[in-house]
Amino acid sequence: MAASTAVAGKRKNHKDESKKAYYWYLVPGFLAFLVVVMGSFFFNVVMSFSKWDGFSKPEWIGTQNYTDLLSDPDFAVSFLHAGEFILAMAIIPTFLGLLLGALIFDLIQPKFGNAISTFIRGALFMPQIVPLTVSGVLWIWLLSPNQGVINMTLNAWHLNALAVNWLGDARWALIAISIMLVWIQMGYTTVIFISGMSRLDPSLTEAAQIDGAGWFQRFRVIIVTQLAPEISVVLLTTTVAALKLFGPIYVMTNGGPGNATQVPSSFTFFNYFTTFKIGYASAASTVLSVILVVLAIVIQRVQNREAK
Amino acid sequence: MTSANIQKPSGWVRFKTQLRRQGIASWVALVVMLAVALTWLFPLYMAVINAVKTPLDFIQHGSLSLPQGIHFDAIIKFSEDVNFGEKVWNSIQISFFIALIGVVISFLNAYALGIGKVKGRMVILAIFMIAFTIPQEGLIYPLYQAATAVGLYDSIWSVIIVNAILMSAFGTYMLSSVLSTFPEEILEAAKIDGAGSARMLFNIVLPIIRPTIMVLATLFFIWSWNDFLFPLVLLPSNDNQTVALALGVTTGQWTSDPTTKAAAALVGLLPSVIFFVIFQRTLMRGVAVGAVK
Repeated sequence: MAASTAVAGKRKNHKDESKKAYYWYLVPGFLAFLVVVMGSFFFNVVMSFSKWDGFSKPEWIGTQNYTDLLSDPDFAVSFLHAGEFILAMAIIPTFLGLLLGALIFDLIQPKFGNAISTFIRGALFMPQIVPLTVSGVLWIWLLSPNQGVINMTLNAWHLNALAVNWLGDARWALIAISIMLVWIQMGYTTVIFISGMSRLDPSLTEAAQIDGAGWFQRFRVIIVTQLAPEISVVLLTTTVAALKLFGPIYVMTNGGPGNATQVPSSFTFFNYFTTFKIGYASAASTVLSVILVVLAIVIQRVQNREAK
Repeated sequence: MTSANIQKPSGWVRFKTQLRRQGIASWVALVVMLAVALTWLFPLYMAVINAVKTPLDFIQHGSLSLPQGIHFDAIIKFSEDVNFGEKVWNSIQISFFIALIGVVISFLNAYALGIGKVKGRMVILAIFMIAFTIPQEGLIYPLYQAATAVGLYDSIWSVIIVNAILMSAFGTYMLSSVLSTFPEEILEAAKIDGAGSARMLFNIVLPIIRPTIMVLATLFFIWSWNDFLFPLVLLPSNDNQTVALALGVTTGQWTSDPTTKAAAALVGLLPSVIFFVIFQRTLMRGVAVGAVK
């Protein structure tokens, strides 16, 4: 009796040891991660309770930065703009991506083959792999008021009233950048939805066809409901991307004219590196981080629920 | 299927079903989608045709007309002005090392979490998952201070180390979920044959998981190529600039000449487009893998 428990204990020990050996593979990566990422984040949170210019001794001011942020109209307006970019980067591309993806998958690919559908997907996807700053440079040129392609085209069509100063006019800058963002994001949503459609059971579509459902009805009932996991994940990840948007804003308008295109990231960057209000900028980036982490947890929950 | 259609003679639906059978709907979809695809390529096309124009040609005929002749003057001038070859080389080095180091770290982490199933792995995965959601702004100032303190400020290694570690958070998360479904029988068989964890890693798991690792490396390479904020803050000197950074910060420094601007956009696009054409399949697979496991 005593001997057998000893053996069982020994075996259990042995198993535990062999499992423990795997911890060594985690050591370099996790340590580096804790120091570089978690350390930086922690330091940033600590600095958010200080008044600091980056050089002299920081002065501890408690939650002053956070209360200041709450009453700073520039900070509030940057989130309002982020909300409009969620429309351009998440909501519109998700809706159009579903529609175009279904057209490609359901109508074009079966009849015209892979070559044409690959070309169309590739054309839509291409802006996704170009650096955002390069897209920015391209669109600054396309949108330039006098010699830009867009205004030259509008003038040629006698639509002179529409040929506005896209990036230089506070009323239009947000819309102009939004158009570019839709151009960038469409490929991402379309490609993901098409790969989602290829996992759907074709017998569903056939059954709907037999029941006499029209194409749009099938699209609505079958594709949209069956792709619910992809749709929720895409909506959330693109929303995160919209809240993080920085490069194109920095390159195209630097938040201007005035603060017409200011977003949380450019607001933070401005406070870090232009006015050197490090504590204030740290508080702003902490607020943004917390919002994004909450969104990440929601994504996690959604994915886990879909997986079950 | 045909008989089912005949049994249901309700007008509009039948008409549409017929349309579909005749393929008209597909043709309409084709025309619409080709128009969309060409619209999407239009900015690129504009950059190409205007980059090869002379300034005079542009002034006389505008941006929409085809070039009168092909001149590489604007492209050459821009490339020389920003020393583009050097920027491409910097981007290649940075992206290559981030992809390499990032993938190694991701794989080792994922091996412990997905195959080793070590205790506390759910907590560790959750921490990694949260980490790649933190915006770069939430890390950049401490990283800038740290890079200065350890003497890596204005060295490409600052960007390489930071991005490799940050991206490996995503890589660990993705590879762990792939490895956690690794067939148990293969691992058991190897253990019975007396293979230790290191031998299993190299001889069994790595060869099987290699396609996924290549997808991950491609994603890391592209993300690094396109990264903007870290190089902007950590690589101030001209000689260390990446392609994305050089184009981002030199805007407005060039002449107001529209053909030079078109040339700048074209030159900046070119490496990415070439990369895309070569790795299109891997990339699209990668996007789908990254979004829905």
